[in-house]
Amino acid sequence: MATITKETVPSQSTVKEKIHGMLGVNRQDAKLSLVLISIAFIAFLLGGILGLVQGLNRAGLFELPSWLNYYQVLTGHGVLLVLVFSTTFTIGYFYAAFSHTLGGLLPKVRKMGWAGLGLMVIGVVFVATTIIMGDASVMYTFYPPMQASPWFYVGLVFLVLGIWLYAFGAFINVAHWRKNHRGEHLPLLAYFGVGVFVLLFIGSFGVTAEVLYIIPWAFGWIDTINVMLTRTLFWSFGHTLVNIWYLAAVSSWYVAIPKLIGGKVFNDSLARLVVILSVVLNITGGFHHQIIDPGINEGIKFMHVFMSLSIGFPSMMTAFAMFATFERTGRKKGAKGLLGWVKVLPWGDVRFLAPMIAMISFIPAGAGGIAQTNNQLDQVVHNTMWIVGHFHLTLGVSVVVSFCGIVYWLVPHLSKRVLTPKMNKLGVIQTLIWTLGMIFMAGSMHIVGLAGSPRRTSYTTYGDNATALGWDPYLFFLAIGGTLLIIGCVLMFYIVFHLMFKAPKGETAFPIAEQEEGAHATPYWTERWTVWIILMLAIVAMAYVIPLVDMIFNAPPGSPPFRTW
Amino acid sequence: MKIHRAEEIWLIIGIAIIVISMAITGYQAFALGMAPPSGMEHIDPQKVDDTAPFNNPGVFQTGENEYEVVMTLQIFSFTPNKIEIPAGSEVTFTMTSKDVVHGFQVAGTNINAMVVPGYVQTITQKFDELGEYLVLCNEYCGAGHQLMATTIIVK
Ligand code: HEM
Ligand SMILES: [Cu+2]
Ligand SMILES: [Cu+2]
Repeated sequence: MATITKETVPSQSTVKEKIHGMLGVNRQDAKLSLVLISIAFIAFLLGGILGLVQGLNRAGLFELPSWLNYYQVLTGHGVLLVLVFSTTFTIGYFYAAFSHTLGGLLPKVRKMGWAGLGLMVIGVVFVATTIIMGDASVMYTFYPPMQASPWFYVGLVFLVLGIWLYAFGAFINVAHWRKNHRGEHLPLLAYFGVGVFVLLFIGSFGVTAEVLYIIPWAFGWIDTINVMLTRTLFWSFGHTLVNIWYLAAVSSWYVAIPKLIGGKVFNDSLARLVVILSVVLNITGGFHHQIIDPGINEGIKFMHVFMSLSIGFPSMMTAFAMFATFERTGRKKGAKGLLGWVKVLPWGDVRFLAPMIAMISFIPAGAGGIAQTNNQLDQVVHNTMWIVGHFHLTLGVSVVVSFCGIVYWLVPHLSKRVLTPKMNKLGVIQTLIWTLGMIFMAGSMHIVGLAGSPRRTSYTTYGDNATALGWDPYLFFLAIGGTLLIIGCVLMFYIVFHLMFKAPKGETAFPIAEQEEGAHATPYWTERWTVWIILMLAIVAMAYVIPLVDMIFNAPPGSPPFRTW
Repeated sequence: MKIHRAEEIWLIIGIAIIVISMAITGYQAFALGMAPPSGMEHIDPQKVDDTAPFNNPGVFQTGENEYEVVMTLQIFSFTPNKIEIPAGSEVTFTMTSKDVVHGFQVAGTNINAMVVPGYVQTITQKFDELGEYLVLCNEYCGAGHQLMATTIIVK
């Protein structure tokens, strides 16, 4: 591969840091992370309740009262879960990880963290208020020329500014650590964190430009808007965002799980390569949300099949690394035969069970993703319930269940408490109920979507149309899944806050797996972030410059605003 | 950096999946003409009613067994409403939106296209089987989105 300039073993750290490492996350930093995680799970509970309302409505079992609109509910569900829950959890998790692995956050960075939180809260208040007042039933994708209250978009600006502050904080802390540890490798978990914040920062440029363009239109200062431009800018971000959550989940698979099952990091260099590839190849995947849009020609759409599929490559590396870790650890514990290692894994330990289920679910979820990225196959399922089934598998299981798995050790670590066997058992039950609920819900969503049932549509039979009536049995299973899910949702909410305030006091370790003895040293080029960022920008330019220039300079007359709800 | 033999094989399989996907998708798109709808023609979204052919939406015979449906989409309806065509005909839908983004989907077929204001979107499909097809809007377009539907009758 590339020239190796300098090789060092990543875990060379000073004695002082070893002590820090044992002490874990700094107390003051822990508070910030706990607040972020609390917000995440409040959003999770609220979002879950709205999800149930949707599920029951779509099955025709629940008619919404006149003061509550299905599309208002769905906008809330999307915003709470895909923006608020995942962002706050990811940031809380990585800030704890930085504190633990880099010897505490710098006081300046901690302050930025609280300021970032303030900005995000202001943003959420604006967004939530406009949605509740019924002035922003535009979904989390807010496609123009539908136009929400201008304050909805102003709220989004605050949200983005908050995220940027966290990203800058992360970069400052990492740069400071590197200055004091010349020639050393960033700890693997912090390395994942850098990847995540690089993506959060650069990935949000598109949506920031979009929102800054919408705001003058929303206030009425400009009359019309370029619709395709806004859609394209949105998806450069929307797609990146979901992959960021996935990368956050994956970091716990690589770093925490081996430790929890008594194993070692499978291959430090390859793990870092996965981060690099996930960062470099990510943003351009956004076009797969526009495969059947007008205004983008067939050649560009074809190039984007490759851009989207390439992200499957690091996922396959991850799949290999995970199962290799399990096998190796199992054999060390004396497992025999081809699959003997499966039995010696700690299935009863929720800290293992949850992420394991998350990984397994990514096999069908990833396969579905690869299939629907191919242009003609996408045309079959685009905007049907199939897609909703797809992201409840990827986000609702792979990501959410991984995050829940993190909760069982991160929250007690931060709150200086312990996970009791009883809580562990409740966690196992929670994981199984959630998984079963998602199998029902996402399963029936996939089937009914193939049959043609559209997404983002409240209960309807289209005037007792026979085709639409044929969907009802599946939608009923969807509602059963949703009911199981709300039980899982409430249980998880209870578990998080129990671990935060009620569980017995004690010390819980921050699980960080070490490298195998005599492992090959990781090449130092993995630390060349400038190179990876330039490479990423080059690929983004390749993907976006031609279509964006075309959309801007060869645009049809713009659209005036509409409020259609 | 060392990579295991088994992992090499695994990753080659990964690359193969990507390459084969590309080959099939490319072949279907460019050799079989199955590329996804990508209308590039522009229209002023505020002047749809005055712009040909949308000033006269309807079903038009364009050849033997060939039809064109000129259609506008607006909250929360399709114009023309109720389309009838003989079995075995190839139908090209030429569409645009008079307001927000809509979706044009015919359940049970591969017809699925986004109809975005400012663009003329087209999609072609051969209807062989007799029956009634459900046409619906699959992009959220407002409070009455769940009502936006019509039918195509193939007889
Ligand atoms: C109690 C658990 C949940 C239930 C019952 C539920 C139910 C639903 C239903 C029925 C829809 C589709 C509505 C439609 O298209 O008409 C939906 C959409 C969605 N769900 Fe969930 N969901 C749950 C949890 C989650 C979680 C955990 C996430 C992500 C972290 C999530 C993310 C989304 C998103 C992004 C949408 C799409 C919103 C849109 O189309 O704008 N959901 N959910
Ligand atoms: Cu995507
Ligand atoms: Cu609609």
